[in-house]
Amino acid sequence: MPSRLPHPSANERISVRHLCVDYHGVVAVHDASLHLDAGSICALVGMNGAGKSTLFKALMGFVRPTAGSIAINGLPLHQARRARAVAYVPQTESVDWNFPVNVHEVVMMGRYGAMNLLRIPRPLDREAVREALDRVDLWPLRHRQIGALSGGQRKRAFLARALAQGASVMLLDEPFNGVDIRTEKLMIELFEQFRLEGRTLMISTHDLSHVTGFCDQVVLINKTVLAYGETASVFTSENLALTFGGLRLEAESATAMDPDPQAP
Amino acid sequence: MTTLLTWLVEPLQQEFMVRALLVSTLVSCVCGLLSCYMTLKGWALMGDAVSHAVMPGVVIAYALNLPFAVGAFVFGVGSVALIGFIKQMTRIKEDTVIGLVFTGFFALGLTLISKVRSSLDLSHILFGNVLGISSSDILQTVLISLLVLTVLLVLRKDLLLFCFDPTHARSIGLHTGVLHYLLLSMLSLAAVAGLQTVGIILVVAMLVTPGATAYLLTDRFDRMVWLSILSAVLSSVVGIYWSYWMDASTAGCIVLVQTLLFLLCFLLAPRHGLLAQRRRSPRASRFPSA
Repeated sequence: MPSRLPHPSANERISVRHLCVDYHGVVAVHDASLHLDAGSICALVGMNGAGKSTLFKALMGFVRPTAGSIAINGLPLHQARRARAVAYVPQTESVDWNFPVNVHEVVMMGRYGAMNLLRIPRPLDREAVREALDRVDLWPLRHRQIGALSGGQRKRAFLARALAQGASVMLLDEPFNGVDIRTEKLMIELFEQFRLEGRTLMISTHDLSHVTGFCDQVVLINKTVLAYGETASVFTSENLALTFGGLRLEAESATAMDPDPQAP
Repeated sequence: MTTLLTWLVEPLQQEFMVRALLVSTLVSCVCGLLSCYMTLKGWALMGDAVSHAVMPGVVIAYALNLPFAVGAFVFGVGSVALIGFIKQMTRIKEDTVIGLVFTGFFALGLTLISKVRSSLDLSHILFGNVLGISSSDILQTVLISLLVLTVLLVLRKDLLLFCFDPTHARSIGLHTGVLHYLLLSMLSLAAVAGLQTVGIILVVAMLVTPGATAYLLTDRFDRMVWLSILSAVLSSVVGIYWSYWMDASTAGCIVLVQTLLFLLCFLLAPRHGLLAQRRRSPRASRFPSA
């Protein structure tokens, strides 16, 4: 898999320059810039309404920027989308778990963009799906209807879809919401493997303990990108105060005080 | 045995019965297939709206001697576009806009039919007239049905993905806007086909009930499609026979059989039926997740 990922010359996966997005005249994101290299895990930290989902939408090309530009793997968005470079992993709450599809079919949906009009899987597609399901240990459960999976298995099914898609950029929307500690560990292990393969993960979260735990990069957002870069230099209490609008949070104590809500 | 045979065979000596059975079987295939998407997308109200909104189109087409399908299609798609436009431009909620637009269109149709002279009978539009369907209507229905079936079969996986996860569909480069309006166009056409058999008032049943019935029976989409088509066809055939022997409203009988089939599945479906859930519930509380 790693060999199939495109390696841009500058090693740059995501490049956002002076991005502005309006919704009917209401500013959602203003003059936001950030750069992420290949092979990083980045926490996207901000309050509700700070523009996290707008940034995700912009990275997927769903909203038209009023100004600025976005490049993925050095390509403009429409080309990156054709190359299926960006995968979106939805929040658990936004999926219809009663939908009549099984695990294999969901992961195969990651391949649709690459298939012919009738979406008949080629051996290549079947192999990609099998490989993805093997990696998240769901191959034996491939015939299960998705609602019959446990919480952790559900998460892994959608990660497998992003893998099968061959995405070099993964956008994960609150991936740890409602996840038990064992699943969380498993997911983090997978994320670290993805990083080693040169993929870049952007994880929106409001659980600050994750940021110092395994994210090497941080983007702090509040209507604009306040700061981005190496966790050690960006994740400071001053920057957090800016991010949370004057609410003072100690970066160090945030790590210590944030127990897993699911932990017994 | 012989009585059952006569009960089945005797109506077939009437040409109009053979035609009615063939037309409604075809229409049931189309509506049964489409109803799977309607059920999963939650578009029942949209189906109701479109089927009512096609009425002025049908009336105008008849008055101008155009194929009724053309008029119906224009007004069906027009109503959908208008709903989308009003929703986008105002803060009114979608279900309110739907209710507002389709009743407006329906009222227009009702007014037109009372003023425009044509061979059109109001009760035939409202309640269907499959036993008296004309040859040109049959031809149009066949053409519409083949078109809708082809589009739905070719794009069935894209449409399924669009229903399941439009965000992902869009992120891998599928044109979800096109799929959205395509599915609504197919809905308009299927509504036109459906109203030949059961009329405008009840056509929403053709577009919803078979899919809902099938959804209770399986967790696989492919099986859901076959079960939905099967239940739609079965309901039409049984309903038409029933109406023949009881001399009752054909549309009423067809939809009644559909509803009875649904209730049967609601009670007895192996996993999602009421009885199965009852049987399972004491154990389910002990093992929360499967």
